[in-house]
Amino acid sequence: MQRLEAKEVTVIYPGLAGDEVHALEKVNLTIDEGDFVVALGASGCGKTTFLNVMAGFIAPSSGEILLNNAPIAGPGQDRGVVFQKHALLPWLNVIENVEFGLKLQGIDKGTRQETSRKYLGLVGLDAFETHKVYQLSGGMQQRVGLARALTSDPAMLLMDEPLGALDALTRETMQELILDIWRETGKMVFFITHGVEEALFLATKLIVMSPRPGRITHTYDLDFCQRFFETRDARKIKSDPEFIKVREDVLDIIYGDEAAVQTANGS
Amino acid sequence: MTDQAIKTQPGLMARLFSKGPAMPGDAYGAPGMGSSTSIAIATTIVLFLIWYICTGPALLGIEPFVNGLFLPSPAAVWNKFATVTTDGYQGRTLLEHTQFSFLRILTAFLLAAATGIPIGIAMASNRVMRGIFDPPIEFYRPLPPLGYLPLTVIWFGIGETQKLVLLYLAMFAPIVLNTRAGVRSVAIEQIHAAYSLGASRAQVLWHVILKGAMPEILTGMRIGIGFGWTTLVAAELVATEEGLGAMIMSASDFLVTDVVIMGIVVIGVIAYLFDLFMRYLERTLVPWKGKV
Repeated sequence: MQRLEAKEVTVIYPGLAGDEVHALEKVNLTIDEGDFVVALGASGCGKTTFLNVMAGFIAPSSGEILLNNAPIAGPGQDRGVVFQKHALLPWLNVIENVEFGLKLQGIDKGTRQETSRKYLGLVGLDAFETHKVYQLSGGMQQRVGLARALTSDPAMLLMDEPLGALDALTRETMQELILDIWRETGKMVFFITHGVEEALFLATKLIVMSPRPGRITHTYDLDFCQRFFETRDARKIKSDPEFIKVREDVLDIIYGDEAAVQTANGS
Repeated sequence: MTDQAIKTQPGLMARLFSKGPAMPGDAYGAPGMGSSTSIAIATTIVLFLIWYICTGPALLGIEPFVNGLFLPSPAAVWNKFATVTTDGYQGRTLLEHTQFSFLRILTAFLLAAATGIPIGIAMASNRVMRGIFDPPIEFYRPLPPLGYLPLTVIWFGIGETQKLVLLYLAMFAPIVLNTRAGVRSVAIEQIHAAYSLGASRAQVLWHVILKGAMPEILTGMRIGIGFGWTTLVAAELVATEEGLGAMIMSASDFLVTDVVIMGIVVIGVIAYLFDLFMRYLERTLVPWKGKV
């Protein structure tokens, strides 16, 4: 049974004017095996900071995060990270990017390629092995990033707005792909997005975060993704009155926070 | 058709001074669009013709406007090129002069790259190294090589060392600064991705940072080589008998203007060929440059 536990995680940055910015304040969160957790919130609510702490890129000022009861002390292969963009290595072709992590571990070429091909197949890029990554569309680049994060068979996937830079149509296809991969691999997922519909559609657990200080203010347990596995009709689910009701509730919260941020900034 | 304005294409002046699109299909507001190759060729031909006519070609029956001592004719320069190629100038052929200069620039370049690239990486990734190297480099970088030439002579004498030091200094700064900028330009996402895939610090440095900085390192090397050719005449100014720069300086002492012009053209052509070669290297070594 896999489990990630964030306990009283606080991150304080030194501010420009000598003051302190509380990017996260005493955030608690438990992610269990099979959970697809989506974080949503106004800009500056600390969701990326939270992901960076989970990934081990940032050490918390206080509190800790346990992955399967072991505290996270730095980046590691048990957590695969997918970024919004700029994270692939353009001097490597598609399969070299995917097998990059395995190569760093000194795994032999045959095993490397076998594993990489498996995950390239999973994201539907079998035919693009030898392409240059900069020749691919944005959606395909994100698939490569996803395959690369999966090769080391991590316990969880951390995704920082992976679909944020894509056009609307590609984004919807990618949402379905991510759900299918999540169901097939059974990874825990922590997923950040700005899109409310995307959040509701994907999440089994939605956390809404608010800024100043960054914290989790609302939590929703959702099952729209399960309905997708039954019906495979994303548009119907997203236009369901129940879906729209939750969407409006969440939007109210976020617009409220955004307005508060604007006021605080004096703009 | 009665309306002339509709069927006539706008002229050059109309296009230069028009505020909106000159005609359907023209882009609005994108400055400097289109190819300039034909204009560049025309400019070259015109400049060459001016030179040709000023020197009074007997073929056209024109009297020279300028004394051949100051501006020899293209034909005279070309003849000199042929003579120096076969018979040499001051005991050495053009090829030998070129070889001496080439060897000096290449040696200085290899030294500058071998030291400049590691120092650039160190400066970008370590605040102590940046603190140590930034002041001296930023101080000497804008100085003209002719300004510190006397100092290199006092310190290193008039042998090969002094010439190499001068060329080295000209190439070192652009290589360091571009390497530093290249390392800074590597996306933090790429570094984070490598760490989360289990990379060690050394692996991140080698597999991500060094490769990510390659485009700018090559740019630094290209600019460095260019600066080397720029500094060549200064480097071969003092007590030197061989090399293209020395040939030009010696010829100017004796007012052999055709050799001076020929030498300048040869340096210009070689420097340009070098630049083309470095650009070719960029295209083959870092084909992703500007595409990500």
